[in-house]
Amino acid sequence: MTLISKFRVIVVALALLVMALSTQPVRAQQPASVNPQASAVTEDRLFQELNRISGRCTLPDQKACTIEQPAGRDWRYFHQVTLRWIGGLTIIGMLAVLIVFYLWRGMVRIESGRSGRTIVRFNAFERFVHWMTATCFIILALSGLNITFGKPLLLPLIGPNSFTAWSQWAKYAHNYLSFPFTIGVFLIFLIWIAGNIPNRVDIEWLKRGGGIVGHDHPPAYRFNAGQKMIYWVVVLGGTAVAVSGYVLMFPFYGTNVASMQTAQMAHAIVALLFIAVMIGHIYIGTVGMEGAFEAMGTGTVDLNWAKEHHNLWLEEKNARTGPNEPQRQPAVTPAE
Amino acid sequence: MARMKFLCDADRCIECNACVTACKNEHEVPWGINRRRVVTINDGKPGERSISMACMHCTDAPCQAVCPVNCFYTTADGVVLHSKDLCIGCGYCFYACPFGAPQYPRVGNFGSRGKMDKCTYCAGGPEADGSKAEYAKYGANRLAEGKLPLCAEMCSTKSLLAGDGDVVVQIYKERVAKRGYGSGAWGWKTAYGEAIES
Repeated sequence: MTLISKFRVIVVALALLVMALSTQPVRAQQPASVNPQASAVTEDRLFQELNRISGRCTLPDQKACTIEQPAGRDWRYFHQVTLRWIGGLTIIGMLAVLIVFYLWRGMVRIESGRSGRTIVRFNAFERFVHWMTATCFIILALSGLNITFGKPLLLPLIGPNSFTAWSQWAKYAHNYLSFPFTIGVFLIFLIWIAGNIPNRVDIEWLKRGGGIVGHDHPPAYRFNAGQKMIYWVVVLGGTAVAVSGYVLMFPFYGTNVASMQTAQMAHAIVALLFIAVMIGHIYIGTVGMEGAFEAMGTGTVDLNWAKEHHNLWLEEKNARTGPNEPQRQPAVTPAE
Repeated sequence: MARMKFLCDADRCIECNACVTACKNEHEVPWGINRRRVVTINDGKPGERSISMACMHCTDAPCQAVCPVNCFYTTADGVVLHSKDLCIGCGYCFYACPFGAPQYPRVGNFGSRGKMDKCTYCAGGPEADGSKAEYAKYGANRLAEGKLPLCAEMCSTKSLLAGDGDVVVQIYKERVAKRGYGSGAWGWKTAYGEAIES
């Protein structure tokens, strides 16, 4: 061995010794085992921060990156318990009130009897808009109620296969009929807005309870305060169900699970109240009042009906067209 | 009867996504549907955690409760399955599911999402075990062959455990005792209403 190589060996040995000595105290400070859990994120802590745990995932569907959302439990409770109570109470409650009212009051008659002379109340376009919206509403209501009440009420009766077949078609109907319904609500808003702005006559009408009790007939223009309320329920409620419905129909377009749950809750609550109000509307337009249905049926009403229920409207109309305009009702409907 | 459960030992998950791939391959899951996925929380920061998540086959499953057509059923093994023949694709199970498990072949075309698809715990569906119809709709039925879910079988670090809940907990507890710390048993409180100590 040359002197140089001996020297190199000594240098390397010294260097190793220095390294060994310098690392020794560092190693001594390390604990026997490392607990990575001490610094790791925990489920409990994340839930305290936010009622949802999300992270990073490699999927294009970013919803998958939310690993837990226990808020689904609250939505489940709403859907299974709260909503059924709301729906049951409002709809059965409304039906009960109407049955009791009908038994007590009976049909509201035209007190002075039919005059045999009629006056146009709703033209063909108005009636078309009404019945288009009404038909859609009834199908939407039944198919919607099916989602909430079908499982406990209808499924046991018709069995799972028939129930799925019906529910599938009901869902398609619900989705597609939403379009003519929305158009109908918008047209209703436009064609009847003029007669539905609240005014002083409404206060008087409401004070006298709309003449529901007894044989009172408070004055009213084309629409009385009760009809104005129906109008605004349709316009505002219809807008609310349409907006929340389209959010549900185009899921996760700018929404997340939480907003979809909120949309479903809003849609269901508004729809159930809407249905309860419309049951009242159907009652008063059919068995509840003599001479009311023909307003939307043939479009004309008896002169005496108009005098009793919408006297100010009749005066307005006569002032504009003259009292001779109302046509005599033909005794026999001509064959068409 | 066994009560089948999943447990992801987050301390061991290395986010390799083998479970995801195994699942997709075993069941020939269509594009866009992910019955299992791996989510990394606090990615790149100290204390990051990766968790493999699929349907947890909950006790008192929320999906089953909210389904308007009652297409879900829980097997004797505690596995939550559903019938694609009865499903109307309303999407409610996804709103109720705490783990984002339900998947749909389509999204956002007037609400017709198609039949829901989710992890079956490799247990197929209501059709006859191992039949072609069952495979086409739900994928392989390994449970009927006496095998456990492939995702857990394939897990390279044995982070993902599947099997009878009691056995899974026992294995996990032995690990906790040996290494001196637990990793949280993510989702257990939400899915089964129980937390494992430490």
